[in-house]
Amino acid sequence: MADTSDIKKGFKMLIDGVPYAVVDHQFVKPGKGQAFIRTRIKNMMTGAVIDRTFKSGEKLEKADTEERTMQYLYPEGDSRVFMDTQSYEQISLTNEQLGENVYYLLDGTEVDIMLFEGRPIGVTPPTFVELVVTETEPGFKGDTSSNTTKPATLETGLQVNVPLFVNTGDKLKIDTRTAAYVERVKG
Amino acid sequence: MIEVLRLRAKAMEAVRRFFAERDFIEVETPAIVPCPGLDVHLSAFEVRDPRGATVGWLATSPEYQMKRLLSAGAECIFQLCRSYRAEEQGRHHEREFTMLEWYRAHATSDDVIHDTERLVTRVAEAIGSPDAALLAPPWDRMTVDEAFDRHASQPIDPADEETFFRIWTEEVQPALGAERPVVVTQWPASMASLAKLHPNGTADRFEAFFRGVELCNGFGELTDAAEQRRRFERDQAQRREAGLPVYPIDERFLEALAAGMPESGGNALGIDRLLMLLTGASSIQSVMPFPAEDL
Repeated sequence: MADTSDIKKGFKMLIDGVPYAVVDHQFVKPGKGQAFIRTRIKNMMTGAVIDRTFKSGEKLEKADTEERTMQYLYPEGDSRVFMDTQSYEQISLTNEQLGENVYYLLDGTEVDIMLFEGRPIGVTPPTFVELVVTETEPGFKGDTSSNTTKPATLETGLQVNVPLFVNTGDKLKIDTRTAAYVERVKG
Repeated sequence: MIEVLRLRAKAMEAVRRFFAERDFIEVETPAIVPCPGLDVHLSAFEVRDPRGATVGWLATSPEYQMKRLLSAGAECIFQLCRSYRAEEQGRHHEREFTMLEWYRAHATSDDVIHDTERLVTRVAEAIGSPDAALLAPPWDRMTVDEAFDRHASQPIDPADEETFFRIWTEEVQPALGAERPVVVTQWPASMASLAKLHPNGTADRFEAFFRGVELCNGFGELTDAAEQRRRFERDQAQRREAGLPVYPIDERFLEALAAGMPESGGNALGIDRLLMLLTGASSIQSVMPFPAEDL
């Protein structure tokens, strides 16, 4: 059994059967009073962030979570299949579970999969991925300013706003945290 | 690092000059004491000799010894010293921190609040804090009841200490002193600690807050030795019940009260927190040359 002295950024605990990760925490102690740990914690199933105050010394239940690096293999119906690069074990996640992350999956992409009691609950793609433009209005030669943008569809179906000089067939670097265009990749 | 050293040196110099101008004597009291304070919510470091026998504890504040000096005839005293608290670590807490503690004999808690406002302004000016103008006296005052009325989402029963402090911590304190410092007075009698009681039954205790951070804790000092012993015995009983170490009662301190300590006001102010606030830093560690995590 853990207690509040184990709380640090990233500490994972179980509250009413739901795993939460500590985002931020602060020890507080009023002048002559009881000490508390004020925390901001993230529901690892829904991503919702809440504030929660614990009495200093309060017992906590550690969440049985594990993060594993896995390689994306192929789609299968409404799901995507991944393989643990160490054990070769395969698991599949539904498109619904993957959410926006389906747009960052190319054959062989390595992602971090969070498992809770052995079941996958979340995916962290690489921070940057490179994707090819499959559809966009033709570019204007010589226009290298990025103040004006236009929509583009990428090979995974992701839609992003890109500068006017980008053409179909270009490879783009995308920031997966913001789903935003970063730059055009040469080659 | 050099910047932190200069900041602290300037602040200490301003504190010393402030008190010298008012005829205070700078005093020194021991770090190792026979009783570190019986407050149920304070935890002290035990000191042992090489054979493992308990020598004493590191002082959580220099209060008992400074009050013995008052009883011995010293009238206006201050001390800049380290105080030690086990199991306190966070952005506003360190196991070892610098405390400024001062006492005025034949004075009230109001006199000491008056000192506090001027001292903090002086330090702010000395270190060139951008907030110096905001800190000019007089600071706002409010009672604990008023603080709850203004900032809490629900009424509070002070007898339910856990809820009292939970709401205090989550809702009230973060809202205190947002623009300018505020002094919160008239604490529940159960939290009187070493303060005397007002005629209305509340404790003659005050705390000042700036931007949601507690800066100091002061008292109109309790001088009744019998009442102080009752409170210590109650604290010991609570400690025993909670399975906490039960520190001995400091009999020398009680003897000093019984011998006749003058009516006095006193205050304890955290220098590291003050410097954090005055420089806009986000933690006390960033204004300390050697926070515990860097040792």
